[in-house]
Amino acid sequence: MMYKVELIILNKDGVRDPEGETLKRYVIDSTMPGKVADVRVGKIVVVTMEASSREEAEDLTRRLAESKRLYNPIVHKIVVRAERVEDGSN
Amino acid sequence: MRTAVIKFPGTTCELDVVKALKQVGAEAEVVKFNSLDPDRYDGVVIPGGFSFGDYLRAGAIAANSEAMKGIREMADQGKLVLGICNGFQILVESGLLKGALLPNLNLRFITKWVRIRVRRKDTPFTKDSKDVLFMPIAHAEGRYYLDDEELASRLSVFQYVDERGIPSPQANPNGSILNIAGVTNEAGNVLGLMPHPERASFPSISPDGSRDGLEILRVFGK
Repeated sequence: MMYKVELIILNKDGVRDPEGETLKRYVIDSTMPGKVADVRVGKIVVVTMEASSREEAEDLTRRLAESKRLYNPIVHKIVVRAERVEDGSN
Repeated sequence: MRTAVIKFPGTTCELDVVKALKQVGAEAEVVKFNSLDPDRYDGVVIPGGFSFGDYLRAGAIAANSEAMKGIREMADQGKLVLGICNGFQILVESGLLKGALLPNLNLRFITKWVRIRVRRKDTPFTKDSKDVLFMPIAHAEGRYYLDDEELASRLSVFQYVDERGIPSPQANPNGSILNIAGVTNEAGNVLGLMPHPERASFPSISPDGSRDGLEILRVFGK
């Protein structure tokens, strides 16, 4: 079965994210004053892979991210989420 | 000292580094990243540039390369390892140095001459160095970060300072914690810094004719 796995890389909560701060201050706050508490900007890596289950696809991607340092654990946190796709071209 | 200057695809400063190393009498040559024989050299310099296009994060892809296995071996043997700018980024990405180098706080590529204070003279690179060095920086990802400030302070060898020699917020170009411009490993034989010593090694290209970069490179001439 084919799975499309999204690996989302974000700065940890204690690490400043100037891109998110700028977006909030100069773009979002002027549109929705006082409404938005925080904005973080990250990076996304989309991996389409063969796996027997959603859990396996997520686990393989997480291991790939850790062993090959697709993110930097000192400053980043990751979110991994997979969904099944029909033929991988989705 | 026989010194390898590593060239990754996208490395740009290797010839400048070789030229500067020759000034201090080092036996330096450019070595391609996939053909490093660690036993042939006593020291290695990873120069600046944009290895592998800075894809993913500056230095992240080079850190995964074969060359870094050889460089790790050299570091473990106590040989000298120096990373300049992108080379520093590669050393932190590969775990040879602690911490991380994040995008500059103003998210811009910064190029300017800066003053750095030498905080530690117990490394082979800085043993006989002057106290304050004048060198240029040129980077987009130089904001040094380590979650343990005490450890960062202990490992830091260079700090951005103002004209009075004080590490003021105004002297900090990129938002590094504690104004850190360079750090070493526990043993002191691996050093990484954001400023470019090779661009501060020839009076003709320094604003004031100084050659402070040689203070750090001199050890390779021994």
